[in-house]
Amino acid sequence: MELNNMMMQRTQFLAAIALVTAGGLLTGCNQSPDKAGGSAASDVIKVGEYGSLTGTEATFGQSTHKGIQMALDEINAAGGVLGKKLELHTEDDQSQAGQASTVVHKLISSDGVVAILGEVASSRSLEAAPICQQNGVPMISPSSTNPKVTEVGDYIFRVCFIDPFQGTVMANFVRDSLKLDTAAVLIDTKSDYSVGLAKFFKERFVAAGGKIVAEEKYSGGDKDFNAQLTAIKAANPAAVFVPGYYTEAGLIAMQARQLGLTVPLLGGDGWESDTLIPVGGAALEGDSFSTHFSSDDTAPVAQTFIQSFRKKFNETPDGMAALGYDSAMILADAIKRAGGTDGAKVRDAIAATKDFKGVTGSITIDAARNASKPAVILTIKDGKFKYLQTVAP
Amino acid sequence: MTEFLQQLINGLALGSILALIALGYTMVYGILRFINFAHGDIFMLGAFAGYYVAPKVAALVPLPSVGGALAVFALVMLICAVLGMLIERLAYRPLRKRPKLTVLITAIGVSLFLEYTGQFVFGAAPKKFPDLLPVYKLPSLGGLSLNSNQIIVLAVTLLLLLALRFIVMKTRMGRAMRAVSYNPEAAALMGVNTDVVISFTFGLGSALAAAAGLLYAITYPSIDPLMGIFPGLKAFVAAVLGGIGNLPGAALGGVIIGVTETLVSGYISSTYRDAIAFAVLILILLVKPSGLLGKKEVEKV
Repeated sequence: MELNNMMMQRTQFLAAIALVTAGGLLTGCNQSPDKAGGSAASDVIKVGEYGSLTGTEATFGQSTHKGIQMALDEINAAGGVLGKKLELHTEDDQSQAGQASTVVHKLISSDGVVAILGEVASSRSLEAAPICQQNGVPMISPSSTNPKVTEVGDYIFRVCFIDPFQGTVMANFVRDSLKLDTAAVLIDTKSDYSVGLAKFFKERFVAAGGKIVAEEKYSGGDKDFNAQLTAIKAANPAAVFVPGYYTEAGLIAMQARQLGLTVPLLGGDGWESDTLIPVGGAALEGDSFSTHFSSDDTAPVAQTFIQSFRKKFNETPDGMAALGYDSAMILADAIKRAGGTDGAKVRDAIAATKDFKGVTGSITIDAARNASKPAVILTIKDGKFKYLQTVAP
Repeated sequence: MTEFLQQLINGLALGSILALIALGYTMVYGILRFINFAHGDIFMLGAFAGYYVAPKVAALVPLPSVGGALAVFALVMLICAVLGMLIERLAYRPLRKRPKLTVLITAIGVSLFLEYTGQFVFGAAPKKFPDLLPVYKLPSLGGLSLNSNQIIVLAVTLLLLLALRFIVMKTRMGRAMRAVSYNPEAAALMGVNTDVVISFTFGLGSALAAAAGLLYAITYPSIDPLMGIFPGLKAFVAAVLGGIGNLPGAALGGVIIGVTETLVSGYISSTYRDAIAFAVLILILLVKPSGLLGKKEVEKV
């Protein structure tokens, strides 16, 4: 009996502790919006950024980060937004699945950012987008092109074109400019970007009278592609579409040439990195890919951007840097128009963006929260990216 | 038919690299009955040592060249041997009298330590590995393509396999290694310095891993601090498949895994590649629990 009593007391005691803790947690949760409001009352506006600063897609994250940093520096030098400076909180997701959600949680709950910029890779944007959506924090992806990203919800935006367009551009390029009628595709099954882009390429290529003679798969991080390339070679295509990221694209090109597969290789914006060429080397000569921006662009706003980027970082900006810059500029513009940092108001202001003069072209956010913009096709000549053509949407 | 033969060549080339990594695994296990999980990371350090040593060597001997490549191999194998001995001295020796599990967990810790220190020191972004050897395309026989690198990998694997067998079977140190493997206490009583023997075994295993890392980086010239995880795991599977502790078994296991993976990727889908490779392992272990060439262990009670 006594034992029973003691047990009762103990249970009650534990229950009491549990209640107090839960209560504390609940009030903690209730407080966080106030805290965010509190930070808005201070003299800075916190902007979050998550990206692949290290890891297999490191150059994407690095370029984007430089673009965003430069935009914020320019805005702050001109007096900031609504009289407040923009403060950038950057988190690295190490190009790894699972990391994006962790760091975005941190940005929202402990840093208390008002909006989030990122990612490049669609798989990681798709991971973080539901978290931003749930918390009512607007997210702008600079360069994730998979259509599913903005379908997550009405707080998710992007400032680049989407893969149905990019796939069409490359399929038309193979059919109309290169005048080839058969193609093979080599897809990274781990990447939503690669799977989606391959699908849209195939649809358009077949509709334009072309034939897909082989479809092979790999997993991001692989180094040996000889098996898939041998199978592709046996199918004898006139071109190979490789909608993956640059780390693998360079190795694929090298191994294709070693196997005697000499037809043109084509890719999407995942190829655009200054580490593509060192790995692929001469194997990439004459290959082409579609992307968002060319440093040969002669528009005054683009030229100003390129000049000041070169001055600041001593390198020529790529498409990822340009889109990073544009995403930050659009966010700043939206906060200004919203007249505050309330999530819903900023969201509405981003959605109302119209004819914004970005360095990657004129940006209008459509009803699906995407930006309809032209694509450029770059080719690799003498170990450099060369501008080939611009394709309007 | 041409396609099938080409796939076999691809599989053999991939398999011989796995075999080379597996040799180091299996040798350390054979002598010490200990799976060195950090082996794949020594393999990675070998590739990075090559990345930093190559420009220094190139200042004396122009690269790519055979002489320069030999110099890089010798230096890198030496660096990694010293590193392997250091790891043994600092991480494993203090635990030698402890249960096997403690050392195993420590090995996993060492592996993670090397991977993430590597990310910190070398940076996590992939790096282009310099060209050490000139690549020649061999005249193609009936549409088959084969390059000099693939031959070199195969030749080096065979050569190191023979050299290892010679060291273990014919030298004084080899005899001491076998004695320690058989019974460390008795070997110590007979005047064998077990510390030196175990140190040497680690040095040798690490030098092998370094050679494998260099050959891997020459074949796939994009290196990063986590590059050792998957080849290390596969080589471990290869070593178990061939009968862990058995040198020719490790080589055979590597080739079987390489060829299986390539054929699956080429004819079925790369999505099922690892699943099928592991299914092969399970099947073989069901039929022959000690691996293809492994000897039956008799448990003494």
